[in-house]
Amino acid sequence: MKRISGLLLAVFALAAMAWAQDPLLINGAGATFPYPMYSKWFDEYHKAHGSIQINYQSIGSGGGIKQVTEGTVDFGATDGPMNDDQLKAFQDKHGFGILHFPTVLGAVVPTYNIPGITAELNLTQDAIAGIFLGRITKWNDPAIAGPNKGVKLPANDIVVVHRSDGSGTTYAWTDYLSKISDDWKNKVGKGTSVNWPVPDSLGGKGNEGVAGFVKQTPNSIGYVELIYAVQNNMPYGRVKNSSGAFIKADLAGVTAAAAGAAKNIPDDFRVSITDAPGKTAYPISTFTWLLVPSKFSDASKRDAIKGFLNWMLADGQNYTEALSYAKLPKEVVAKELKAINNVQ
Amino acid sequence: MATSTTTVPSAGPVEGSRSFLSRLRDGDEIARLITFLFAASVVLVTLLLVFELWQGSVLARHKFGLNFFFTRVWDPIFEQFGALPFIYGTMVTSVVALLIAVPLGIGAAIFLAELAPQKISATLQFFIDLLAAVPSVIYGLLGVFIVIPLMREYIQPALKSTFGFLPLFQGPAYGVGFLTAGIVLAIMVIPYIISVSREILLSVPRDQREAALALGATRWESTWKVVVPFARTGILGSVFLALARAVGETMAVTMVIGNAPAISASLFSPGDSIASVIANQFTEATGDLYLQSLIELGLVLFLLTFILNGLARLLILVTTQRGAGTGLA
Repeated sequence: MKRISGLLLAVFALAAMAWAQDPLLINGAGATFPYPMYSKWFDEYHKAHGSIQINYQSIGSGGGIKQVTEGTVDFGATDGPMNDDQLKAFQDKHGFGILHFPTVLGAVVPTYNIPGITAELNLTQDAIAGIFLGRITKWNDPAIAGPNKGVKLPANDIVVVHRSDGSGTTYAWTDYLSKISDDWKNKVGKGTSVNWPVPDSLGGKGNEGVAGFVKQTPNSIGYVELIYAVQNNMPYGRVKNSSGAFIKADLAGVTAAAAGAAKNIPDDFRVSITDAPGKTAYPISTFTWLLVPSKFSDASKRDAIKGFLNWMLADGQNYTEALSYAKLPKEVVAKELKAINNVQ
Repeated sequence: MATSTTTVPSAGPVEGSRSFLSRLRDGDEIARLITFLFAASVVLVTLLLVFELWQGSVLARHKFGLNFFFTRVWDPIFEQFGALPFIYGTMVTSVVALLIAVPLGIGAAIFLAELAPQKISATLQFFIDLLAAVPSVIYGLLGVFIVIPLMREYIQPALKSTFGFLPLFQGPAYGVGFLTAGIVLAIMVIPYIISVSREILLSVPRDQREAALALGATRWESTWKVVVPFARTGILGSVFLALARAVGETMAVTMVIGNAPAISASLFSPGDSIASVIANQFTEATGDLYLQSLIELGLVLFLLTFILNGLARLLILVTTQRGAGTGLA
């Protein structure tokens, strides 16, 4: 009898120890665009480091910035960098700053549906800006037809499709348009949702909504994430970059854009790489960032997040291409490894 | 109440009116208190909702004032927000939905309640109840994959060639837009109208019908001139239930309306509704003014439902009085 109770006690003690060794929980929230990548990373990292578990809610970039500022999550994530007002709001609330860490790269591609046309169109800056500003209204407009000799473009009205929900994809697209067109910059601007100037444009919810409208509506043009277009075998156009070459988006072109911009990357990594220099750079590329507070009161959480950042920049980058994300260029990785030391 | 309790044989220690304690022991008071709390919680939740929406939109209310209702620009970048296109879209789609759903729904209800054999009526009712329980996103998918292509390929061109002289049916046929959203909403609310109206019609006393038939009315005459007017209040109630659902519907509308904040006379034009713009933009709304304007839109939607409900009450009041008047005459 005594023996049994002793055994029971030992079992309880063991159970209690196991319970005490519950994994350290770290919570993050934000961008939806890198969610497949992040969930893969957090899963792999948990497999390699059983004592750390990272939860991530893809509630949108706006929500990520809000929650990390409120302090309800340990880190945030965003597709568009925080602006100066938001940085100041964080600083005012906490007494220390917040750091941006680029994780992977994505790209946005123009996709279209013109009956009878299977060729990949060459799209210039003027053509894209003109269509989305509503100045170019027919497919056979010289601005579109010029660089597409041999393609018989119809004289049909262009239907513009955009995202109806706020999204990082729209941020990258409008950021690009703001760079190539002063009119766009002054009249529309860049953001996760904008006031679309074409009056009869259609808004689709999510990449799937835009893709659905483009597929269904003859003579339409819209924009979706590169990953989405690749996974769904959608036709998309070549876009003219700042060196004058027409580039079909692929992962190498996106990394090239980041490398082109890397030389001038600021210390806080808040940089737009749309319309980046470089012969092979795809012009509508973007970073996506993790938002990490620069001070942690809980040392174990701080070490866990720093550990994850180090792992993400080394081993983590090997998982990117399987999921159709472009990896960070070497220059950016080197710079980020140094910046991790700023987390205290 | 008090007089009736005195006649009850004394259960408690005090003769005459029962003490609070004894009523408490008997359970009456407990039941009254608990049910009162439940009823009060409804009012409390409503007030809390209004208070939260009011508090949460303070910046937007101060900045735009009444102009919020009358301006049509919605620009998150330059922080100009006006609710007019969304109010317009919500109203137009709801009206289109009711114009289609009310005659169809009431007609079907009359058939099921008055004319159909019991077996058919019961079977069809089963399917109607099933339809009422289908989640709205399913109706949205139905809209995207069936209604939109049908509209673009057949219905809109047909309307254009026959009624194209009306400004209602002009402009390019995209398949999405006010008309499509109205049709999808109509499909969604018809089960409500049929289900409630049928119950109401079935509850009309048998003697009403028999009296009409005895006076020499045909079956249709007794249905249309006696049974339906008798059930009018309840049928109106079903219509307003349907309207409430149409005004607040989010998912199915956002999938088919086209999400462009435009005000256009044409029903073919893409538009936007209050519920759908909130659902679309709330997660990524970063600026304070932007977020608060979206919350103010929520307040506007609340106000709209409030007004519509008030109008419904008024209409029922007016029509029942008139009904009573003719009944007496």
